[in-house]
Amino acid sequence: MTPDLADTGLWALLVGPLTEFGFMRRALVGCVALSLSCAPVGVFLLLRRMSLTGDAMAHAILPGAAIGYLLAGLSLPAMTFGGIVAGLLVAVGSGLVARSTVLREDASLAAFYLLSLALGVLIISTRGSSVDLLHVLFGTVLALNDAALGLLVGIAIFTLLALAVMYRALLLECLDPQFLRSVSRLSPLAHYGFLGLLVINLMAGFHALGTLMAVGIMVLPAATARLWVRSVPALMALAAALALVAGVAGLLISYHADWPTSPTIVLGLGAAYLVSLVVGRHGAWRGGQRRRRHLQA
Amino acid sequence: MAPQAITLHDLTLGYDGHPAVHHVSGVIRPGALLAVVGPNGAGKSTLIKALAGLLKPLGGRIDGLAGQRVAYLPQQATLERGFPIGVGEFAAMGLWHETGAFGGFSGDQRERVRAALAAVGLEGHARQPLDTLSGGQLQRTLFARLMLQDAPILLLDEPFSAIDQRTTADLLQLLRQWHAAGKTVLAVLHDLHQVREAFPDTLMLARELVAWGPTADVLNPANQQRLRAMPEAFDARAPVCEVAVGEAAHSHDHHHDHDHGRAAGPHIPSTSSEQAEPLPRGAREPQP
Repeated sequence: MTPDLADTGLWALLVGPLTEFGFMRRALVGCVALSLSCAPVGVFLLLRRMSLTGDAMAHAILPGAAIGYLLAGLSLPAMTFGGIVAGLLVAVGSGLVARSTVLREDASLAAFYLLSLALGVLIISTRGSSVDLLHVLFGTVLALNDAALGLLVGIAIFTLLALAVMYRALLLECLDPQFLRSVSRLSPLAHYGFLGLLVINLMAGFHALGTLMAVGIMVLPAATARLWVRSVPALMALAAALALVAGVAGLLISYHADWPTSPTIVLGLGAAYLVSLVVGRHGAWRGGQRRRRHLQA
Repeated sequence: MAPQAITLHDLTLGYDGHPAVHHVSGVIRPGALLAVVGPNGAGKSTLIKALAGLLKPLGGRIDGLAGQRVAYLPQQATLERGFPIGVGEFAAMGLWHETGAFGGFSGDQRERVRAALAAVGLEGHARQPLDTLSGGQLQRTLFARLMLQDAPILLLDEPFSAIDQRTTADLLQLLRQWHAAGKTVLAVLHDLHQVREAFPDTLMLARELVAWGPTADVLNPANQQRLRAMPEAFDARAPVCEVAVGEAAHSHDHHHDHDHGRAAGPHIPSTSSEQAEPLPRGAREPQP
């Protein structure tokens, strides 16, 4: 890189901030890791009609993280462990309630996550400072330390490996669960394994984007991709690419405009979603046009 | 792999404690082509579900299923119609027993998927998205998947309900081929003409076993008269069926002193209440 190139406007605008500062480099790596793991998980959330479940689970991890914070302060391992335990408890608990009582999964999940969220807010607001609350609600993508970065990258690698191993079982669990149960015993494994992936990815999102926005980087890229492509592999690839672009764009915009990062990233994804709603291949306008015209066979 | 006999021992099936199939005993011999007939609510689908291993008996047991692969075509598939997947890829899931959760598809397997789609009249539809299929085409796709499962025991719940006549004839031919290949085939059907044409054996169910044997013997006017008399009674306060006080309804260890394994004739629990009795008085055994 020659100095005059570094001085040109475009470079200073788009690349400079990401290479110049350590915290931006870390944030960039964090965004890459998050996009590669959260977006494909989001595709399966969408296909299983669990998008709102993702949101509920994102809130359910709060008290676990809060208890971890209570015991160990702003400690990454304690908050992560607490959050994952709370998330898994709510996921398995609501699954058990759905199987053993008249309540369906949505009702029992809502009950559990509301309990969980109330507990979390109570703990944080009585024991924490408002700075901590902001950390929990909006994440700290611009202040990721080595441990947090390692966690994000580790979760991304594990998620991609697990998705590759579970792919066919998970596909069938979404598509025809009764058939999966009739041909193999993997159905519970696919279901709970997926919930486990969901929880650890929410935990990753929690550190970077905060509890309120974590699910945004899962659901929005998947929903946007669904408006353009049809096959599951294409959905995962496009969703990950969208999340990555929005992540980088969000970092740059928040750097230049001095906006909070995680809402900027999620709003970027939201803009892509809104545009795709109109111009996407399967969106309202072009999809509608295609429905009005017809082919010969 | 050749199928083995499946034995029903005093089998009671149902939901929430209410029996849908009540004290049925008998043997499904290997290689049988058996039609299951009866009115709505007679317990036909329930019986098929239990044989598919998706429903635990309230009482009695099913022997001979262990270690045998069963392919099941449900009356209403639980599948997610809007899922973005092509017909070919969907049908290929029938090869799960060969590929497992990870294996890829060999050229030979792809060829078999193509052949199975051709056999159900869906040649050239392999790349069509699942959500654009008609009801009958979807049923044919499910049939193709069933073929690829290549199981020794096939359970079909109203397989022809949404299918046009020409395809039905083709699919019935497929059933005959499976029968000729020695597979055990059970199908729930409503078209008695079809049953007489294609099925050597018939099981007639009206919550309790009405008759079971060669089709010509089972489908006689007297039996059909008895089917028409079956009330679809659901009695929320029905008494517990012949179980000593303190014991759970239809626990596994309660026994009736009826002669089991009988192929025909209804099976009446001795303490069933007046309004819950499914058959007219003339058709019943004397009460003890």
